Amino acid sequence: MTTVFGVPLPAILGQLMLGLVNGSFYALLSLGLAVIFGLLGIVNFAHGAFYMLGAFAAYIALQTFGVNYWFALLLSPLLVALLGVVIERLFLRHLYRLDPLYGLLLTFGVALIAEGIMRDQFGASGKSYPVPELLRGVFNLGFMVLPIYRAWVVVASVTVCGLTWFLIERTRLGATLRAATENAQLVQAFGINVPLIVMGTYGAGVALAALAGVLAAPVVQVSPLMGSSLVIVVFAVVVIGGMGSIIGAIISGLGLGLIEGFTKVIYPEASNIVVFVIMAVVLMWRPAGLFGKE
Amino acid sequence: MRGSVAVYVLLGIAALAAPLLGVYPVFMAQLLCFAMFACAFNLLLGYTKMLSFGHAAYFGSSAYITGWLVSVHGWGTLAGILAGVAVAMLLGIVIGAIAVRRQGIYFAMITLALSQLVFFICLQADFTGGENGLQGIPRGSIAGMIPLDRDATMYYFVLAIFVAIYLLVRRIVRSPFGHVLEAIRENEPRAISLGYKVDRYKLVAFVLSASIAGLAGSLKALTLSFATLSDVSQGTSGEVILMTLLGGSGTFLGPVVGAGIVLTLQQYLSERVGAWVSVIIGAIFVVCVMIFRRGIVGEIQRRFARRPLP
Amino acid sequence: MKIQRFAILPCAVLAFIAGSQAIAAGDQVVIGDIDDLSGVYADVQGPGGIEAINMAIADFGGTVLGKKIVLLSVDHQNKPDIGASKFREWADQNGLNMLIGGSNTGVSIAMSKVAVAKKVAFFAIGAGGASLTGADCTAYTVHYAYDTTALANGTASVIVKNGGKSWFFLTADYAFGTQLQDSATKVVLANGGKVLGAVRVPLGTTDFSSFLLQAQSSGAQVLGLANAGTDFSNSLKGANEFGLTKTMTPAALLAFLSDINSLTLQTAQGLYLTTGWYWDLNEETRAFGKRFFAKMHKEPTMTQAAYYSATLQYLKVVKTVGSTDADKVMAELKKTKINDMFAKNGYIRADGLMIHTMYVMQVKTPAESKYPWDYYKVIKVMPGEEAFGSQPDPTCPLIK
Repeated sequence: MTTVFGVPLPAILGQLMLGLVNGSFYALLSLGLAVIFGLLGIVNFAHGAFYMLGAFAAYIALQTFGVNYWFALLLSPLLVALLGVVIERLFLRHLYRLDPLYGLLLTFGVALIAEGIMRDQFGASGKSYPVPELLRGVFNLGFMVLPIYRAWVVVASVTVCGLTWFLIERTRLGATLRAATENAQLVQAFGINVPLIVMGTYGAGVALAALAGVLAAPVVQVSPLMGSSLVIVVFAVVVIGGMGSIIGAIISGLGLGLIEGFTKVIYPEASNIVVFVIMAVVLMWRPAGLFGKE
Repeated sequence: MRGSVAVYVLLGIAALAAPLLGVYPVFMAQLLCFAMFACAFNLLLGYTKMLSFGHAAYFGSSAYITGWLVSVHGWGTLAGILAGVAVAMLLGIVIGAIAVRRQGIYFAMITLALSQLVFFICLQADFTGGENGLQGIPRGSIAGMIPLDRDATMYYFVLAIFVAIYLLVRRIVRSPFGHVLEAIRENEPRAISLGYKVDRYKLVAFVLSASIAGLAGSLKALTLSFATLSDVSQGTSGEVILMTLLGGSGTFLGPVVGAGIVLTLQQYLSERVGAWVSVIIGAIFVVCVMIFRRGIVGEIQRRFARRPLP
Repeated sequence: MKIQRFAILPCAVLAFIAGSQAIAAGDQVVIGDIDDLSGVYADVQGPGGIEAINMAIADFGGTVLGKKIVLLSVDHQNKPDIGASKFREWADQNGLNMLIGGSNTGVSIAMSKVAVAKKVAFFAIGAGGASLTGADCTAYTVHYAYDTTALANGTASVIVKNGGKSWFFLTADYAFGTQLQDSATKVVLANGGKVLGAVRVPLGTTDFSSFLLQAQSSGAQVLGLANAGTDFSNSLKGANEFGLTKTMTPAALLAFLSDINSLTLQTAQGLYLTTGWYWDLNEETRAFGKRFFAKMHKEPTMTQAAYYSATLQYLKVVKTVGSTDADKVMAELKKTKINDMFAKNGYIRADGLMIHTMYVMQVKTPAESKYPWDYYKVIKVMPGEEAFGSQPDPTCPLIK
């Protein structure tokens, strides 16, 4: 059996595979954060809460209304995005002219409220969400058995990330968005409704988080606390990638998942902190992040 | 002026008399520890406009160090506290040096991520006891002479240190150093153009804040006899931000009032409504950010500023 | 004018603080329940535990020595600081006489230290760590329903004797998990087996995939699950999902009725587990189960039954001794034989451990189960000394 660092190759490949799955979640979540920050300058601390709400929306849809997973994939991001838009309209909008720190603190407060309400209603331990029929079963990869569902997660995330990147960087709509963030007044002068675009963008970022939540539901169990532990890692990923960079978020997210997986085999105790260590190193060498522009 | 002196006198009397009136001394001591923590945090947020999102790292690591040295290695109480503060100061230097290079949001994110690093190190390290925490930390005595086992004695000890720190913070803010910090807060590019080594000033403020936070943590560990992961957690970092914001950042009494209210709320609500404590804290955050930015003491001060002087 | 207006602030704050502290009433007997009410272990005791205590108080008559019996409860959220602070506060401010501490060994160890400082009887029921009557033992701690030693002597020994010689542990990363792993390791080694490795998993983890993969690559025959509550059910589900159960035997070192219920017999069938009580053992247990079911719509777990029994035992002893003085109560408790629906010929050992019969069960297959909650069949009956060891724990400072 071939070994790397004294660990058998199948074990490494297995953990890398799982790392890829985790990386897909990181990529999807940091993409949403990067969209919101890059285009709106808001540090959305509530991102983890929206992820959690997305998963819960799918859970409640199934339990109470019998709505299945596939519908939930579309419905849940829409519903949660609606909530996000309401929050943007009622609260965030008034904070743009102030120090961006206030936006951060507000979203922090929103996250606490969302978590508290869900914890009161559902308790702190996870609720089970079943894997959809179509995706049950496993692929036997030789070095490990990979549940089909996890492979689906990777495919879905990468596809969505790719589409989003394409939308922002290569289409007219994306160009308008980018222009609006650089010079809102000028774009408004062209007759484009900037506040509407801002609202829509926030909603889109939130929808991405909620989508990640639905994808995660069968894997990690739906729990009110699922977002809070994840959100800080995602922030670190975004900082590593460069806070405004879409492509940076995607690549850093996937890359970090792989690195974490690798660390779990070589030095498991460090797997929780490897992202922060990398972040500190990257910041000292390239303060704007790997793909950031400043 | 006369008004504020009177306030302090009244508060002083209340603080000294509290144990005699039947107020739970352990709770009061805990309150003072957090008030100290909030004052330290305010030094950064209120007077230098730096939002450190991971201040629990200094509070908690100092709590662990003091607790460990005192309970496992039998160190004296004062020596243990000093060691804890020293570690907090060291952490402040390391994290501060990395974070201070950036401003605003980036600064906040960096402090957040680095404090998570500290959290996970505390989780893994053997001496902290991981999820179990450090339990049964003895209070020892002051210089071997005055035992701190009685709750009331411990409270007065903490009170004395708190008053000293409070006066120290006032002194720092009103000193030439403090004025430079104010200049940096108001207009950083200008301060740079005037020749001030802005990063160095910010770092000093950061380290001072971290050290005082560490002192608060050490005292808390001794008062409650334990140090756990909660002390280095995101939750505690968020709490101290809330206390400062609610009470009024940029004022002296603000953090104290904020700490008092948040702790009392938690105390009062935890038995009755459990998870809703989170919701209420979140709601207070939202309210403070949206319409109550000056905080309680800030608003009171503003009301007074409006009245014509006699 | 200004002074008066401003003065309201500190006075109001102080009044608020003082008002939120309840003053102890000397004419009550106060029982406290500090438990995990909403997290990983909430289904094992949680609100059901509170109900069990209330049933016991009602059955006893609601008063003892002419004083009303009052129950305080709070959620410790698996945080030692909350457990220890609340215990200390109730002892200082509310005249607490007895504490039942549920689930989470780490929290219970923290609370046992407060028990000594405040001289309050402490019944540790949900927590499993054997150190509660070992290195962490106190004169005021009673470890009531089960402990990690008994679990290992039961489940681990049955599995090793059935051929499961090589083990890999998935261990919850706190006091309980490590102690359970230690106890099980002792049993495995004593029976000629070996431990190929172990991995520490944070409490509350829901996705065990990377840990399970490590277990698989170790090549061990047995997957030792040194965890409990939702950790246990999630790790077992994960093991199924990744096909581990085809090549490894899962060892459910701590499983409760509530876990089996949430896993369903389909997933859990064939599992061995050790318990101190089961609702379907005899007429007495069934009667209690029926009453509990009427209120909670589930059959009680071992620890919920233990809550009921412990409360009654305490109240009986208080009546016998004629006081709530903790020293007198503890002395009497250690002299009492415990014979009730929970335990037969049970007694409390010098180190605080309640010795009683333990049972090794196997989870029935769906076909074997004839009625709701018919989940277990008895494989082995272990007399107390065999399950818990015949001698008091030598690491306990009380044993000289």
